[in-house]
Amino acid sequence: SGSMEPAFHRGDLLFLTNRIEDPIRVGEIVVFRIEGREIPIVHRVLKIHERPSGDIKFLTKGDNNAVDDRGLYKRGQHWLEKKDVVGRARGFVPYIGIVTILMNDYPKFKYAVLFFLGLFVLVHRE
Amino acid sequence: RKNVEDFTGPRERSDLGFITFDITADILNEKTRLCKYNMVFFLTHLHLQSIFDWNVKQLFLYLSAEYSTKNNALNQVVLWDKIMLRGDNPRLFLKDMKSKYFFFDDGNGLKGNRNITLTLSWNVVPNAGILPLVTGSGHVSVPFPDTYETTKSY
Repeated sequence: SGSMEPAFHRGDLLFLTNRIEDPIRVGEIVVFRIEGREIPIVHRVLKIHERPSGDIKFLTKGDNNAVDDRGLYKRGQHWLEKKDVVGRARGFVPYIGIVTILMNDYPKFKYAVLFFLGLFVLVHRE
Repeated sequence: RKNVEDFTGPRERSDLGFITFDITADILNEKTRLCKYNMVFFLTHLHLQSIFDWNVKQLFLYLSAEYSTKNNALNQVVLWDKIMLRGDNPRLFLKDMKSKYFFFDDGNGLKGNRNITLTLSWNVVPNAGILPLVTGSGHVSVPFPDTYETTKSY
């Protein structure tokens, strides 16, 4: 979605790492999942509070959003924890995913792609 | 700088800090020099120009406060951020800035806390490639007072 523009756009391909020992610090872009929701969110860490034990709770926000993500978390949930993180964005390549998105959003496009793929295979079998 | 005991929503009463700051950033290399003048903080000579090469789309700048409290060994709070696109004026001359985001502590650790460190950092966003986080080499220490302000004159 557009919540991290102008850095990332729908269709960009992100490279993630998920090393548990990597500390979570503000400014980092994390991929996290909210309990009960399937779709992960890619936003920036805005606030962290870390106990001496290493337990950490943190708050995120999309660069392009006016408010932080608290409204997106589960009801009664005010913070994210390490267990909610599925990865850290380390790099990206733009636009690659746009083909997949177009195929999902426009079935006719998907059929066209499949049709031409089929033609391609047939032609090359000669 | 003041802190008021305050709470929003379902949270317990937590310390809320108010900081105003000036950011003067002339953007050329990563050396920063900071000086404190009364209640105002200058981040001078923050040189970032050389960063804007052909593969840099934007910088995501953020001013963060870092400190320790009795409960939490490490706290980091982003007070202000700005997206600087390639082509934007690389010189920042921002005066009397108020923080964009509420500076709530997780508890009451701001009162009397002498050692809050403000740092300016940035995330380099390329057209394609790695996303490094860079911290400016200068930082400023902000001590919070021992008492709460009872009136909010913000």
